[in-house]
Amino acid sequence: MAINRRGLPEINAGSMADIAFLLLIFFLVTTTMDQDTGINRKLPPMPDSEQETPPEINAKNIYVVLINSNNQLLVEGEMMQISDLKAGAKQFINNNGMNPRSSDNPEKAIISLQNDRGTEYKTYIRVQNELAAAYTELRNDASLGKFGERYADLDKIKQKEIRKMYPQKISEAEPKNIGGNE
Amino acid sequence: MSKFRKNGKKGMPAISTASLPDIVFMLLFFFMVTTVMRETTLFVKVQTPKATEIKKLEKKSLVSYIYIGSPIKRLQASYGSAARIQLNDAFATVEEIQEFIATEQQARDEKEIPYMTTSIKADETAKMGIITDVKQELRKANALKINYSTRKGTY
Repeated sequence: MAINRRGLPEINAGSMADIAFLLLIFFLVTTTMDQDTGINRKLPPMPDSEQETPPEINAKNIYVVLINSNNQLLVEGEMMQISDLKAGAKQFINNNGMNPRSSDNPEKAIISLQNDRGTEYKTYIRVQNELAAAYTELRNDASLGKFGERYADLDKIKQKEIRKMYPQKISEAEPKNIGGNE
Repeated sequence: MSKFRKNGKKGMPAISTASLPDIVFMLLFFFMVTTVMRETTLFVKVQTPKATEIKKLEKKSLVSYIYIGSPIKRLQASYGSAARIQLNDAFATVEEIQEFIATEQQARDEKEIPYMTTSIKADETAKMGIITDVKQELRKANALKINYSTRKGTY
């Protein structure tokens, strides 16, 4: 104790607040609070030269979605509004052989998406979003029926089970250039 | 002068500011922890499209960004208004993407490479042609995990 009393005088901490404020303002200004969000997708790997021919898929199990350079949709040979796409996709995936011209079961159902080089990115994302929403709703229905919980609230193992029932198969074909854009 | 009483001495005692540094430090640490430094200056105008089925982008250190959009107003005189690709701090051509991905992969640990994601931040008015070109280059560079950057919302 004696040392303390005789030692160095206390350092004045009055300016500590000022220094801290300075740092605080710096971090306040440089901070970006927004979380990056987006739609996750996985690209197919480049085809190998000696790859065997892809397996034949029954045409009725493929849901063909085409987008042209005017951002119009052609689904299974018919024009469709984007707002109807989700319902259409759901019906196709969950057909389970009811309609002989639609998919056999959700595991076999494949959605094939093809766009033009002139298609607007906004439309493309909207279509991707609608298709993803169709799968989300189907998975939610299935998990509510089976586990009584929403898909997002399930644990990993149960989620995998539901995912196996409704695998999200969206295939993207190489784009064509019908619209004549650069 | 003695007409006026000295108010100062009789008024309220000064509030102690001794705990002010503590409060400020607390705020400081909060902002220090949540802060993400802005690492690139954007040369292209990017307004990402809206979507509802969005997921949060995790592990920011493993994400590389590709910006696509028309150049900002200031640069339109010299670069035109056609959509361009920006990598890091400069405009780039489609061919440069493979090199960009390779350098990004080299900067990371070998074990982390399969978890690396490429975030495509494209303007909603961009055409699919340029985005398809970018996607093809990413396939060639074997960077298959991608994320289309979107905002939350509906049309």
